[in-house]
Amino acid sequence: MIDSPPRRTSLYEEHVKLGARMVPFAGWEMPVQYTGIVDEHVTVRTAAGAFDVSHMGELRLRGDHASHVVDYLVTNDAKKLVDGQAMYTCACNESGTILDDLIVYRRSAIDWLVVCNASNRAKMSAHFARAAKDHCDFEDQSDATALIALQGPRAFDVLAAAGPEGAALSALKSFTFRDTTLAGVRCTVARTGYTGEDGVEIFCPWNDAPIVWRALFAAGQPIGIKAIGLGARDTLRLEPRLSLYGNDIDETTNPLEAGLAWVVKLDKGDFVGRDALQKIKSAPLARKLVGFEVTGRGIARHGYPLRDLAGSEVGICTSGSPAPTVGKNIGLGYLPSAMTAVGTTFFVDCRGKNVEAVVVPTPFYKRRAT
Amino acid sequence: MSGEIPADLLYTKDHEWVRPGPSEVTVGITAFAVEQLGDVTLVNLDVKVGDTLTAGKAFGTIESVKTLSDLYAPVAGKVVRINGDLATHPELVNEDCYGKAWMIAIQPQDPKATSALLDPKAYAAHVQSA
Repeated sequence: MIDSPPRRTSLYEEHVKLGARMVPFAGWEMPVQYTGIVDEHVTVRTAAGAFDVSHMGELRLRGDHASHVVDYLVTNDAKKLVDGQAMYTCACNESGTILDDLIVYRRSAIDWLVVCNASNRAKMSAHFARAAKDHCDFEDQSDATALIALQGPRAFDVLAAAGPEGAALSALKSFTFRDTTLAGVRCTVARTGYTGEDGVEIFCPWNDAPIVWRALFAAGQPIGIKAIGLGARDTLRLEPRLSLYGNDIDETTNPLEAGLAWVVKLDKGDFVGRDALQKIKSAPLARKLVGFEVTGRGIARHGYPLRDLAGSEVGICTSGSPAPTVGKNIGLGYLPSAMTAVGTTFFVDCRGKNVEAVVVPTPFYKRRAT
Repeated sequence: MSGEIPADLLYTKDHEWVRPGPSEVTVGITAFAVEQLGDVTLVNLDVKVGDTLTAGKAFGTIESVKTLSDLYAPVAGKVVRINGDLATHPELVNEDCYGKAWMIAIQPQDPKATSALLDPKAYAAHVQSA
């Protein structure tokens, strides 16, 4: 990989003004925290928080065969979507392991948006471009597209306070989206997110993001809106057990063992990885990704070995952290299938110290129905 | 953003403070270290009273939501007291790092060992360059 200086989003100055600590992340200089991870976490669970996620990749596929190309590259059934609807999915390679997890948006039968992880942008851009060749138009719009997530139980109050177009967005159903105008900026707003809370993700032209961001903060000030960094983004996604690419899933894991079978539709028609996944499904899984709670004194971290009670290494922790809302030290990890029943005890090897943990049901956190 | 650096303490390059006393020194971590860590969620002091520490060797770990850091003995000597409150109240580190969140007290092997530590001015310069 070429070692180039990290890039900045168009919201960089806003982050600095808000006192963010900036860190390198996937080739970008991003805010890891502003007021503190726990404070930001609680803000999103109780009020509203704004995230700059402009580093994520936006791929656009347009043309008569765009639907077919998208559906062929993803494991979920894109054919089920209607205009204005979005869907979470994996994209696998031929061996059935995960290239990336994505949200695909059907603007129309001939116009699709695919949002991929920042760390996978080059790979997924090339992957979709290759499949689109001779079939539909492909454009990587990542450099022209900013993305702001507004999440929390009061996210729609913030939008309503921002103006009539914002107020109208409360009509959006989960995983649907529409084009609108916020603070005079043309945006696409989707009722999606990565926190386990209600909220939206707002796509807008790269250079207009500060206008939208400042309008959200002006409108949200009485509600207690705060900026949220990557640190809290990680704890917020872990509690509802949302996968993090590069931690919980990657090209060595398949969606079935990762607990993502619900986005694998083997009967939807041919798609990349189907044969391999069919084969994987026909036999018992050797290992599964489970949620666990550390009951001993310790915090599980990504990469820590998991051991059975006899001390043998049997798995690996893929994510782990204190969970501010749950109030426990939680984690995700791969364990042999025989050890994945809720209540199974095992050890997390915290730098040479065996700390007891127990398999628990997931999600660790689920928001109350509104 | 260096945080408070009390004038009556000595410091290490690992961002620990040392309060010299007549027969023992108390040890904790600095405001700069706390700021870098964020919300502290776990303090593990892996020593007991009577243990002998080697200067520069880890005597425990401190973890925040995101990271883990080792705690290093600033001077060689014998552990004479341990702050047991930190096991159940790690948040004390965020609230009062120079007071209630002292970690251990050491009886130095060599009474002059503290002369190798940084004075407040030298530590401030170290933080500036960090």
